[in-house]
Amino acid sequence: MVTETQKRGLPDFGFSSPIRGTEINYLFICPTKLWYFSHGITMEHESELVDMGKFIHERRYGREEKEVWIGGIKIDFVRNGDILEVHEVKKSKTLEKAHRMQLLYVLYYLRSHGIEAKGFLHYPDLNEVIEVKLNGHENEIENAMNQVQRIKKLPFPPRAELKPICKKCAYYELCWV
Amino acid sequence: MRKHSKTVLSDGTLRKREGTLYLENRKGKLPLPIEEVYDIYIYGHVNITSQALHFLAQKGVAVHFFNHYGYYDGSFYPKEKLHSGDLVIRQAEHYLDPEKRLELARLFVKGSALNMEKNLKRWKVADGFSDMLGELFRELEDARKITEVMNVEARIRQEYYARWDEHLPEGFKIVKRTRRPPENEMNALISFLNSRLYATIVSELYNTQLVPTVSYLHEPGERRFSLALDLSEIFKPIIADRVANRLVKQGIIKKEHFRDDLNGVLLTKEGTKKVVEAYNEEMRRSVRHPNLKTNVTKQRLIRLEAYKLMRHFVGSGRYEPLVAWF
Repeated sequence: MVTETQKRGLPDFGFSSPIRGTEINYLFICPTKLWYFSHGITMEHESELVDMGKFIHERRYGREEKEVWIGGIKIDFVRNGDILEVHEVKKSKTLEKAHRMQLLYVLYYLRSHGIEAKGFLHYPDLNEVIEVKLNGHENEIENAMNQVQRIKKLPFPPRAELKPICKKCAYYELCWV
Repeated sequence: MRKHSKTVLSDGTLRKREGTLYLENRKGKLPLPIEEVYDIYIYGHVNITSQALHFLAQKGVAVHFFNHYGYYDGSFYPKEKLHSGDLVIRQAEHYLDPEKRLELARLFVKGSALNMEKNLKRWKVADGFSDMLGELFRELEDARKITEVMNVEARIRQEYYARWDEHLPEGFKIVKRTRRPPENEMNALISFLNSRLYATIVSELYNTQLVPTVSYLHEPGERRFSLALDLSEIFKPIIADRVANRLVKQGIIKKEHFRDDLNGVLLTKEGTKKVVEAYNEEMRRSVRHPNLKTNVTKQRLIRLEAYKLMRHFVGSGRYEPLVAWF
């Protein structure tokens, strides 16, 4: 099968080690966090917010098919109707741009493997579901992917920048101690 | 931190029943809700069922064992959950490159010495210590071998104990540092606390991606978790020594809390209990962190030290050892 990426002459990331959705998400939150995360220095196990997210997820979406791996990327849950639906669950809209890009990337990834899908962002605390459509955003995603690769390849983590969101981040101590 | 360290001084059986851990003995059943357990320190005679061990492993809870004398015997160290191949490589690189290794070894000794100085100043017995440090630090800079670094460390420590002794009450002088067996009460107390601190550091390292067996001041393999030995240089003065000092100065620990044994002088059961309580209380105490602008517990300071090392290894800033501001 000739994939969309191959047709367009882009690097084919295959199923071996694709960029992870979280990496795209982190690109829009903090490049330092992205670097640590992609080098295996993860802190999510330290975060009460991450724990809470997991809890909400399990309670609210108990009946869905959860944490589905497609190729090398993980999706919060999928519904399989006439057309595949991928769903991402998030807590608040503060970082909506990052959430949107993460989901767009998943749609892009699936399309590059010949799968058309619909994407939905869920904010259960706000009772909101937003449909996210890939068309027209392909270039944006490709740019993001290139940036992720560039940051991952840096020999050192990019210098951290103190932002208001830092205090809530699981990496706060690592960056600022 | 929602999770807490649990210390088991009594005897009994640790088992899992319906998703909860219990310590059971004649007195009853003590529940240890697993989501609240950070790690476990066992001093009593405790049987552990394999189901309990599976459960602890699944939850990533380390269990540390201390023998009859209060010395560290070993740990149930569950399969690591946090991995960073990249960090492992960089940690090794800092060991293999003699300059990089020396730099870290020196920093551990310096941090340790400055914390000793801080203690002596608090206890008002710092006479001449700072001048002596200045001289020894120059020697440290010139040291080309790890053995030379260790030698400087030993001399600093000797000077430190001599001055601390002036502050200690009669009957609780260190006189000479003796280990395994400790020859007097203060030596027994210090050794006991150092053992406990070492295990705490092992737990903290378990919860990071650092490899606990690659170390710099101490030779890797000297003990299994030699990086914990390196870090304990920083924390012995500000945690173990301060607790020991407080216990004897305030008369919480008295002569009667020790007994003579073939293996030297040892804490009694009652003494052990008091020391462990004081240690746990100390570790839960918070201080304001000047960089983080938040309150952190003394225990958390150990984790933060590990994070600083991680940053050093990945090339994001040079490691500066913790020097107590409190």
